[in-house]
Amino acid sequence: MVSLRNITKQFNGVYALRDVSIEFPAAKVIALVGENGAGKSTLMNILSGVYADYEGELVYQNDVVRFQGPRDAQDYGITIIHQELNLIPYLSVVENIFLGRELITPWGALDTPKMKTVAKQLLSRLKLELDLDTPVSQLKVGECQLIEIAKALLVESEVVIMDEPTSAISESEVYALYDIIRDLKASGKTVVYISHKMKELFTLADEYVVLRDGQVVQQGLMAEVNEQQLVNMMVGRTLAERVECGERVTDKAVLRVNHLSLLHPLKEDMLLEDLSFELCKGEILGIFGLMGAGRTELLETLFGLRGKPATGSFSFDEEEVSFFSSPNEALRWGLALVPEDRKSDGLVLGMDVRSNLTLSVLSSLEKLGVLADVQEKELCRQYVERLRIKTATDQQYVGHLSGGNQQKVVLAKYLATQPKVLMLDEPTRGIDVYAKGEIYDLIREQAAAGLGVIVVSSELPELFAVADRILVMCDGRITKQFKTEEATEESILQAALPDK
Amino acid sequence: MNMTITSYKKRLQQLQPLIALFLLCLIIAIFSDRFMTVTNLWNVMRQISVNICIAVGMTLVIISAGIDLSVGSILAFAGAVTASFLSMGAEIPFFGIYIGFTPLGAILVGITMGGVLGLVNGWVITYFKVQPFVATLAMLTIARGLTMLWTQGYPISSLGKEFASLGTGWFLGVPIPVWIAAIVTLLAVFVMKKTRFGRYIYAIGGNERAARLSGIKVNRVKTLVYMLSGMLAAVGGILVTSRLDSAQPNAGMGYELDAIAAVVIGGTSLSGGRGLIMGTVLGAIIIGVLNNGLVLLGVSPFWQQVVKGLVILIAVIIDRSQHKDKK
Ligand SMILES: Nc1ncnc2c1ncn2[C@@H]1O[C@H](COP(=O)(O)OP(=O)(O)OP(=O)(O)O)[C@@H](O)[C@H]1O
Ligand SMILES: [Mg+2]
Repeated sequence: MVSLRNITKQFNGVYALRDVSIEFPAAKVIALVGENGAGKSTLMNILSGVYADYEGELVYQNDVVRFQGPRDAQDYGITIIHQELNLIPYLSVVENIFLGRELITPWGALDTPKMKTVAKQLLSRLKLELDLDTPVSQLKVGECQLIEIAKALLVESEVVIMDEPTSAISESEVYALYDIIRDLKASGKTVVYISHKMKELFTLADEYVVLRDGQVVQQGLMAEVNEQQLVNMMVGRTLAERVECGERVTDKAVLRVNHLSLLHPLKEDMLLEDLSFELCKGEILGIFGLMGAGRTELLETLFGLRGKPATGSFSFDEEEVSFFSSPNEALRWGLALVPEDRKSDGLVLGMDVRSNLTLSVLSSLEKLGVLADVQEKELCRQYVERLRIKTATDQQYVGHLSGGNQQKVVLAKYLATQPKVLMLDEPTRGIDVYAKGEIYDLIREQAAAGLGVIVVSSELPELFAVADRILVMCDGRITKQFKTEEATEESILQAALPDK
Repeated sequence: MNMTITSYKKRLQQLQPLIALFLLCLIIAIFSDRFMTVTNLWNVMRQISVNICIAVGMTLVIISAGIDLSVGSILAFAGAVTASFLSMGAEIPFFGIYIGFTPLGAILVGITMGGVLGLVNGWVITYFKVQPFVATLAMLTIARGLTMLWTQGYPISSLGKEFASLGTGWFLGVPIPVWIAAIVTLLAVFVMKKTRFGRYIYAIGGNERAARLSGIKVNRVKTLVYMLSGMLAAVGGILVTSRLDSAQPNAGMGYELDAIAAVVIGGTSLSGGRGLIMGTVLGAIIIGVLNNGLVLLGVSPFWQQVVKGLVILIAVIIDRSQHKDKK
């Protein structure tokens, strides 16, 4: 059992948490919910020893403790799976899982065979089949997330904190995690679960705690609330009516992909095979697929990140193009990609919000070779307001924003390029329920203004909410196309599974 | 209100190197009465100017998450080229053509040479994906070798009054090299703060992939950065040559280390993405004053090295402890 008493935490004079008191009982799964920037991660960082300077106290098994670092907390039995990925890119899967806890033979050498056996067991609990020697830099974000989970499971702990463990994993792939969480609970552990996916929370959690602006606004039993109530508590205001933009899909194609194939860079294998599809102005095209289906590869190929495709060409805005050789070229034509992994691809964490946001459009903010400060600030202000990015000032380090707000900055950066086609790879990863709705509105608004939008997502509800048409991919091929009205969850999942 | 306290704290942190420099000067002045004389101070500044030019270029490189070990050799090569063009014109082999050069012409040729070698660095690094450390280490040897070939191992001296005045002359009561270093500094500050190019350098150093995905032509920017570093090293080489009125084939040996030290003392992170030109300039001044002070205090040359190393370490440790939240 662990409890937090009157925790207050501020960063440079800005409060992230104010007088928070929560008890986490044993053998329970507690859902910690709140909007982006509510303070969930900060609170869990305190609980898991990442921050040692805070006001208030932490009581663990009847003792007041103050952890001096994550390792200290772990030794007490508190483990956290962080929201952001923390794997070392060039180390292999096993090496990452055992980092800092390597198994040693009696004469001091690394006991690789034993580590591999243990790692294999862990991964099989997560239903993840991987070559243990692959460097994690070659894995997908979702797979990395599962490895983070495996890493946390390696140590026996009393309290396991999961901060958005499934933000990059699709629904059909989280069942293994559900089983694990149930096992943990059955053996008397406390699980604190942070997620913006309501469905998961209602399946897993026994209790909930709602944080808003750094304060606990409500806590209680999960069984006693419904989704709408929970969202209302998080947001603390009544939700605005969603706007429908009416008919916006035109029949003018803005992007036409013909027989696109891409070779695997290392193996004699196809990453993408003979893909053809069309995107019209004003249309929102959803692409669904399981991990490894080739969705990200498709977007990256179009965006000029994968070099020359093996076959195929596409036409963009009525002009034939063989392929874009770099993101620079793609962006100049008006094709933008909001990448999947914000930390490695989306943001320069050491720069402030403003510089990140305007990075893609700096050339238009130049006057006689000098950056126009006023215009830059104004542009930034517009997007901060429009996407409701929660930041102290526009000069705050982007790395100090909450996860969801970081995601919004990436989105803003590419919206600012005013593209003709916007490709979004898991655009709402880590974004709270309410803001998700806002982002869907924004996507619709953009489409209504004549943009073609491609949304790749592993969340079906997301695609049902925004897409006009859904392509399903599996093993690098398009297996099926649906009009959204005609699609059902089953039919889509079936098309997404290999080897029918 | 809290915000004003933090910005006040921040301001104080930025002032820290200045305070350190002030204390350093105070200590030296207490123990040596020759330090605080006009002649000595201008002399120190004159010497520091060279390191400032090189270190400013190095700052750009390091902020872009690279390193340039070849600056010392490029300095020597550019100095030698300039000197030979000055003293005898260029005798183009096999054709027997002889062309004479004005000092300005020779200087431009020298700077161009530095730029070309820097460009090669940048090209090798971006096109062949060779790590900057390795590529510029190779250039360190190559450029030194080229210098030896060019000079046949002999100094090139007596370069004319006009040229020599560059390194030894005064303008409005300030040594000309100091003017040059000041101009280089101001230009660099402007570029880093106010231009797209500067912003791109920070972005590339902070996260190269994200920069590329934002449409930045990463390779072009990086190549340009190494070219600039080469050109600034050449400026340093010309200043050294002019001050000595002679191009030494082994000029500039180890200068890359002084430049890197200045950058590091100035608070720029070797992992890229963070750093300020003014910090580097202060760093260079601190090193220069320290060198001068140690000599004036009669510290043995062996101890001088130890002390210098310790100062670098202490500076970095203090800096790190302030930035620990930013990694
Ligand atoms: N290191 C830091 N420096 C300054 N401010 C910070 C820092 N870390 C967090 N904050 C601020 O504290 C607030 C709470 O952030 P936190 O990451 O806890 O939010 P969160 O509830 O986890 O949100 P999300 O759902 O987006 O992950 C945010 O406003 C954020 O900007
Ligand atoms: Mg968070």
